[in-house]
Amino acid sequence: MILKGNCPDGPIETAWDRHRFNMKVVNPANKRKYRIIIVGSGLAGASAAASMAEMGYDVDCFCYQDSARRAHSIAAQGGINAAKNYQNDGDSVYRLFYDTVKGGDFRSREPNVYRLAQVSVNIIDQAVAQGVPFAREYGGLLANRSFGGAQVSRTFYARGQTGQQLLIGAYQALQRQVHAKKVTMHTRTEMQDLIVIDGVARGIVTRDLVTGELKSHLGDAVVLATGGYGNVYFLSTNAMGCNVTAAIKAHKRGAFFANPCYTQIHPTCIPVSGHYQSKLTLMSESLRNDGRVWVPKNTEDCEKDPNSIPEEDRDYYLETKYPAFGNLVPRDVAARNAKLVCDEGRGVGHLVGGERRAVYLDFRDAISRLGADGVKSRYGNLFHMYEKITGEDPYSTPMRIYPAVHYTMGGLWVDYNLMSNLPGLHVIGEANFSDHGANRLGASALMQGLADGYFVLPYTIGNFIWTHKPEPVPENHPAVKAAMDGAAARIDRIMNVKGGKPVDHFHRELGLIMWNHCGIARTKEGLEEALTLIPQLRERFWNEVSVPGSATGMNPSLEKAGRVADFLEFAEMFALDALNRDESAGGHFRLEHQSEGGEAKRDDENFQHVSAWEYKGEDVPPEMHKESLAFNYVKPSQRSYK
Amino acid sequence: MKLKLNIWRQGYGATDGSFETYEVDASSDMSFLEMLDVLNDRLESEGKEPVAFDHDCREGICGTCGFVVDGMAHGPEMETTICQTHMRKYKDGDEITLEPWRAAAFPVLKDLVVDRSAFDRIIQSGGYISVRTGSAPEAHAVGVNKADADAAFDAATCIGCGACVAACPNASAMLFTSAKVSHLGLVPQGQVERFERSANMVDQMDAEGFGGCTNHGECEAVCPKGISVNFIARMNRDLLVAKLKGL
Repeated sequence: MILKGNCPDGPIETAWDRHRFNMKVVNPANKRKYRIIIVGSGLAGASAAASMAEMGYDVDCFCYQDSARRAHSIAAQGGINAAKNYQNDGDSVYRLFYDTVKGGDFRSREPNVYRLAQVSVNIIDQAVAQGVPFAREYGGLLANRSFGGAQVSRTFYARGQTGQQLLIGAYQALQRQVHAKKVTMHTRTEMQDLIVIDGVARGIVTRDLVTGELKSHLGDAVVLATGGYGNVYFLSTNAMGCNVTAAIKAHKRGAFFANPCYTQIHPTCIPVSGHYQSKLTLMSESLRNDGRVWVPKNTEDCEKDPNSIPEEDRDYYLETKYPAFGNLVPRDVAARNAKLVCDEGRGVGHLVGGERRAVYLDFRDAISRLGADGVKSRYGNLFHMYEKITGEDPYSTPMRIYPAVHYTMGGLWVDYNLMSNLPGLHVIGEANFSDHGANRLGASALMQGLADGYFVLPYTIGNFIWTHKPEPVPENHPAVKAAMDGAAARIDRIMNVKGGKPVDHFHRELGLIMWNHCGIARTKEGLEEALTLIPQLRERFWNEVSVPGSATGMNPSLEKAGRVADFLEFAEMFALDALNRDESAGGHFRLEHQSEGGEAKRDDENFQHVSAWEYKGEDVPPEMHKESLAFNYVKPSQRSYK
Repeated sequence: MKLKLNIWRQGYGATDGSFETYEVDASSDMSFLEMLDVLNDRLESEGKEPVAFDHDCREGICGTCGFVVDGMAHGPEMETTICQTHMRKYKDGDEITLEPWRAAAFPVLKDLVVDRSAFDRIIQSGGYISVRTGSAPEAHAVGVNKADADAAFDAATCIGCGACVAACPNASAMLFTSAKVSHLGLVPQGQVERFERSANMVDQMDAEGFGGCTNHGECEAVCPKGISVNFIARMNRDLLVAKLKGL
């Protein structure tokens, strides 16, 4: 099947305006007759829930956390992009659009990205009106900084806690609607299945994580705002609870999963310190504005105190290799180069598994230029966090960093209206695939989550409702019962394995398979091996996992086991997609396809398309559908940051 | 290092629990929660129920984690959540006691997990600026004095973990509530609803069963974000104005 993104024709500059005009609008008095189900309460989910409730819809919003304020958007540190051009440095909607398409390595959909750049300016206005305390200059105006991969200063920030402040803004807007009784918030509740009736998404099955009760919820449209799947690697910067469950359940009910192999490995994370590592911590890449990345030129210096290594023995490899961008090259380029120098045996830091896998991020020069206080005012909380974790003071000893899985550009396939191929099922934020292509630029995740939730979905969902005019569904519909029974049977099955191995044992092992074979650099052989290993591990999981306790009441082992079981299914599709995409693009780097300079080498003739996978049944390979991508404005070129 | 853990175990639905003792082998590079992971992995493989504790980002920003360690909310390290505390703070042979937040407004759900939904309801009662999506003016239409912006930020760093309540002898939520009242009351956008907001939020706080503030200052001492009790004084001034206005 050839998929269509349903983007408006004509000039891109006016596409969204024309589309908004052409879409049908639900009469204000009728909106309250419709119930929208939103899964997830991060930037995308909370902003969508608040905005749609303000418009008059009845909203049910679900999150697995104990409060909507805790979604993982909260951990974003660096900032949010917007084409305000407050710095008078030549930024514009078109430039943000151009940078995003190019940064995505020409694997995103142009009209979606243009719209994202357009609404970026509204997001800042909205957040400021909500009281989000962005950094300001002494004159009282908003401050900006330049951020990974951008040559203009268009990033708005709130110390190193931009995600927290934006999420709290959206959370407060959401709580205001809870107070107004327009949103019913269901915390500590996890989606178990999607209910599809006559080919239309009409509801979800949930498990109450406190009581264990399974329940069905029916509505007129379903929105998934459930984040990314980085935890398929076990070690990632994602929160412990982040999962692919909602997306994979929707996939098994017919929604296509697009580009699962596009993952972003973030270049600046705190390195692994030992076997029991449970997660990795990101150090915002805003640090690369002032920190300089280096490793020793000579392997024998790798164990030495970095301050004792003279200037001429340091290899500032990013500055040498990419003079124009230096330490600010895009994330994938920075990550791959860190791996390269460590592969050469020039890594530093702890010996883990016989290797040193870290590079220095040095603030010595920034401190002499800005003073320790100047550096503290920019990065104080990040330095504090680093010291907490490593026990080392980054003001006097260079930080050690290494790449870690951070963000997933792939996700459920959606059209220009953010609706999946399953009518009624909308997907927003990191959970969808549409705007970042094969690589996301820094400070663009917050932008996309809020763009989708505040300014895109609230309009497009009205069009869906007006055109489909959903009729009420009886609670006792056979599809509802089937989904409820299926969810109960699966929980039963997990509880009854009664093996002897903890859940995390399988998750760690899956993580290793994915990191070794589907990580920073991928090969045909490695991916084929992953495709052999994953089903074997899945079988062992179903024979050996131990989930003590009961399915009634709170059971964290059961929650974890359900998520790991879903990752074990999803991982196979991931590896298959990576194998099938026989090119390098952005975060998907196939060793077989690189330029002489070691850059990702695309194959536009054969792969300038979205790969959207359709579920075909258990133990049957999914079927791939293509959506071809057209670049009418930004001419595909080999990225070069030299 | 070998450690002895005394952990509060309380079954789901039970009104009371008791301490159980466990031994665990930890390394100094582990985080505190990774040390508990080691214990839980072992319990799971023995078919025993692992210790339930809330946690998510493990970066000290989501506010999900938190329990009392040897009498201190979030453990021994100042301005640090328990997820960011590392075992290098401990030595071989140490005995550590873990128990949940104790407050009438935070009922225990299981083991170290408590129900903090009262905090959400305090925010619902007025912890926001009423601005509809789409109705915001241009961001630079109103300047904000940098000192006010910075002070608002200091208040806004609250992660809603509940340590302040756990540490307070009155189980008061004044630090949490005043942080939100101050964040929004210090920026020009929040002035319209400023006094009404403080009155409504404090009323809700009382209704949830949190106690009053008697200036012990324990809340500031345990706050992982170092939020100052000065915000409580600031809120009390707003509250006084609200009462004089009859709000």
